[in-house]
Amino acid sequence: MKKTVAEINEKIRSGKAVVMTAEEVAELGRTLSPAEIVEKVDVVTTATFGAMCSSGAFLNFGHTEPPIRMERIELNGVRVSGGLAAVDTYVGATDCNPERPDYGGSHIIEDIINGKDIVLEAWGKGTDCYPRRHVRTIINRDTLNEAILYNPRNCYQNYNVATNGTDKIKYTYMGTLLPHMHNCSYSSAGELSPLLNDPECRTIGLGTRIFLGGAVGYVTWNGTQFNTTKPNNEHGVPIGNARTLAVVGNLKEMDTEFIRGAYFEKYGTTMYVGIGIPIPVLDEDMARRVSIRNDQIETNVVDYGNGCAHVGRTNYAALRTGEIEVAGKRIKATPLSSLDKARRIAEVLKGWIESGEFTLTEPVRPMPAESAVKPLKITQVED
Amino acid sequence: MEKKLLLSFPPEATFQSFAYELVKDYDLRINILKAEIEIGKGGKLLMAIEAPEENIERGIAYMKSHGIQVSSLANKVFYDSSRCVNCGSCASSCPSGALSISAPDWKLKFDAEKCIVCKLCLKSCPMKLFSIEFTE
Ligand code: SF4
Ligand code: SF4
Repeated sequence: MKKTVAEINEKIRSGKAVVMTAEEVAELGRTLSPAEIVEKVDVVTTATFGAMCSSGAFLNFGHTEPPIRMERIELNGVRVSGGLAAVDTYVGATDCNPERPDYGGSHIIEDIINGKDIVLEAWGKGTDCYPRRHVRTIINRDTLNEAILYNPRNCYQNYNVATNGTDKIKYTYMGTLLPHMHNCSYSSAGELSPLLNDPECRTIGLGTRIFLGGAVGYVTWNGTQFNTTKPNNEHGVPIGNARTLAVVGNLKEMDTEFIRGAYFEKYGTTMYVGIGIPIPVLDEDMARRVSIRNDQIETNVVDYGNGCAHVGRTNYAALRTGEIEVAGKRIKATPLSSLDKARRIAEVLKGWIESGEFTLTEPVRPMPAESAVKPLKITQVED
Repeated sequence: MEKKLLLSFPPEATFQSFAYELVKDYDLRINILKAEIEIGKGGKLLMAIEAPEENIERGIAYMKSHGIQVSSLANKVFYDSSRCVNCGSCASSCPSGALSISAPDWKLKFDAEKCIVCKLCLKSCPMKLFSIEFTE
């Protein structure tokens, strides 16, 4: 049996579509064949809620009278981009004031969503058309013309498990790693994770409508460092960090229940972002993909204390038991991304689709079939 | 072990003379957390000491013999559960198992009985939800 997105949307509009979360359908896959799953299920909701450093927001402040061409901009003392015309900026989640490293761009974004007042201070050199040279004022969600979340790299398809083989504590973006491989942390929602349910991006492309931070958002492009060269296991799932998504949405409509500023000790600020993606069950191939289970999703264990050296291989069913075995040693395994939140997002998205208000989209352009990631070479620079 | 003590000094005793003895003769590592002392008037001092338990006991007995009132404080770890996102980062670093997160609901659980107040969670929560409070 085959279905089109248009047919599924008809069912959504008439309230007849069968929507299940990826966890529910993974369970169904134990007893039903892919052919039976296509018959039974129309849409599978996937979700993740984790630290995604490559996130940020475009803001437009509006013009003062007389106007200023803002060239140096600070929000609550955090320097943000002054390189976008006169009164636009981009607040990156990891933007920070080194004097106060635990409050950064991600917290400003959270404060904007919560409607809090933020001090804007900006300087310009003064031009004939923008004579003002300094401004200091208060802005908030309601004074901004636009506030658009635009995240260049979110939603990693799979991610390495981090441990630490040295004899010192390591504070990393994968959390606090205790010495002598005393713990390891993982950051994927496993069988619920969006890109693990459509590993070759057959249905996810430019223009895909998604859940982003509590609001409706869209996939705008392949994420940066989009990588199709990672080896697939026998279940067709890439092992390690592979594909990524660039996403966009209206920050003013978001909810800090599903997007949060965060700070990792000695690393800096980052943003916890909640993303939910609906996947249409078009045919048996997609049915097989969305039935993927935690025990079939593998990833590498790497030593963050030692240049990310490969120390083992595991799967998400093993990680979820709370302990994995690496090189003959039992290691405590704990998540860094929230499965509880991811489940809630999958349920919320399911509700939106069931109510008929959220229909599916076909990609305007597919994701790249081939894309590799280059390192940055250090070459001699002539003075 | 680490212990927090609240010392109350009578006017005739000042801390300076005792600190030296405590370090030298009782081998205690002392960290003064808060001091409200006026020379000649006495006062209060909050300090953390780190040493084997018997050294601490002997140090306390020594201070008491000089008229200093010593009460030990329990410090407790608190977290703001209303802002918790159940990420699990704090549980990852918790060496005692006081913080845990597991199937089926994957919500953070805190068993204060097991907490050894190592304070690693204060650093490892990305939402900065943990704090320490002292109680007598
Ligand atoms: S203080 Fe240490 S033992 Fe207590 S909850 Fe925090 S990490 Fe666990
Ligand atoms: S690290 Fe903080 S936010 Fe995460 S589970 Fe622990 S208390 Fe909750």
